[in-house]
Amino acid sequence: MFELIAPFFRHLYERTGLNFIVFYDPHEFGRFVAGISISLQLIFWSLLLSLVIGVVGAWTQRSQSAIWRGCVHAYIQAFRNTPPMIQLLFFYFALGAFTPSVDMGGYTQPIISSFVWAVISFGIFGGAFNVEIFRAGLDAVPESTLEAAESLCFSRWQTYTNVTLPLAFRISLPALTNNLVSLAKTTSLAYVIAVPEMTYVLNQVWSDNINVPEMMLLLFLYYVLVVTLLATALHALERRLVLPGYGQ
Amino acid sequence: MTKRAFRLETEQFSQERFFCRFVDWRVGAGLLVAFALSMAMASAQGAAQQAAPSPLATLVIWMPFILKGFALNLVISFLAMAIATVLGIGLGLMQISLIWLVRAPSRFVTHLLRNSPWLVILFVIMLLLPVDIRLPGNQRVMFPDWIKVTIAFALPVMGNISEILRGAVNSIPTGQWESAEGLAFTRSQALRWIILPQCIRRAIPPWMNWYALLTLSTPMASIFSIHEAVSNAQAGMEAAGARPGLLIPFYLFLLCLFFIYIYPIAVWTRKLERKYAVGS
Repeated sequence: MFELIAPFFRHLYERTGLNFIVFYDPHEFGRFVAGISISLQLIFWSLLLSLVIGVVGAWTQRSQSAIWRGCVHAYIQAFRNTPPMIQLLFFYFALGAFTPSVDMGGYTQPIISSFVWAVISFGIFGGAFNVEIFRAGLDAVPESTLEAAESLCFSRWQTYTNVTLPLAFRISLPALTNNLVSLAKTTSLAYVIAVPEMTYVLNQVWSDNINVPEMMLLLFLYYVLVVTLLATALHALERRLVLPGYGQ
Repeated sequence: MTKRAFRLETEQFSQERFFCRFVDWRVGAGLLVAFALSMAMASAQGAAQQAAPSPLATLVIWMPFILKGFALNLVISFLAMAIATVLGIGLGLMQISLIWLVRAPSRFVTHLLRNSPWLVILFVIMLLLPVDIRLPGNQRVMFPDWIKVTIAFALPVMGNISEILRGAVNSIPTGQWESAEGLAFTRSQALRWIILPQCIRRAIPPWMNWYALLTLSTPMASIFSIHEAVSNAQAGMEAAGARPGLLIPFYLFLLCLFFIYIYPIAVWTRKLERKYAVGS
């Protein structure tokens, strides 16, 4: 693929001065592809962690114990009302300074890399929103539907897996889409702890080659593409799961 | 809200909401106590390790400097919000225009601003906006970095405010438009006297949400070495010897600072939301 596009972009540079170096220089192309891969991995794992935290948190918030509920509540408030960037710095610098390092023969490397810290930080930040979204979804399942399930001799567990969860998931989906999309955009903040994702890599490229506008355009295109794809996928899921006659 | 049989209360999910549904003073106070405790604990640990002034003492020395930075954060957030509100309303009105040529580009701009990460917009403005502009009378208008960053922060919020306005106008029942027309109001008169006044109460809670989000994003300015709270705190740590024991107290203090400012706004927004939900 690289051989295919390289001549065109080299030609473009020579003719017009538009320097899309990542498409014709093998070294920069390698950096660019690595940046895309790291960035997508970062988005994937952050979203996954935030979903897991959201589900677990929503479960905990419905538990009987007031202490657990209080803990989850405090967690939500603490992470929603503080800047995500300082959270990230706090995790990486403040907590990262106290995690053990391993000797890699000549140099030491912390057990938890900046990539993992970024995933942890974004997962926890996004999770604080997801808990609330899932819990609201669980709460919105009408009481009478549950009673109807009970009268059909469903056990509590059967009601939960066959009635409550499927409905709650469908109800939460629109809000979840919003939150996941905004979390995917937030991952560009990993730049501040030098995770080599898209923003960081293109920043290096434009510092090395002084082609700021071209790389900026590329960065915009990349994020618009990722966000659009993610939103389209989630909307498609929403449409697939729609129950005729319910909601809307 | 009464739950009706077999009906999902989907309308409560239709609005993008930043704050949690239940905000409470007690939780906020409890969290602050927890912050303070962990700060004291961390600094006690640091004090045991080093002979130099304890991290907490260092923090107290640097506190005025950090607070000065935080004041800049607030100034940026106020200015950016003011710009975003004015331009966002303009863009929103363009979005509901009847003329396709006005509507389509403003839609595009709104979506572009809403869908790109803040950091990317910051880079674009910081690197592509010139340092000064020469006016016709050979006068130069300088753009210091903090002004540029304010403009950059205003842009994503502007896109979202434009969308809030469009959503609010669309949520007004068609009957309002029709009765305005029945009373011989022109479209702009109807907008000015009937539709927009009703939009205000719907738009204020999300507007406040966006103000909070904006304020929580202002630390990003430190990437461009603007002397706001985070970069001042980092400079303070650097000057105090860059000991690892300082990291936790300093960053916790920053988190605390933003929490103290944002949490009351969260409580207030929630209150307004509840009040307006009853009214409508």
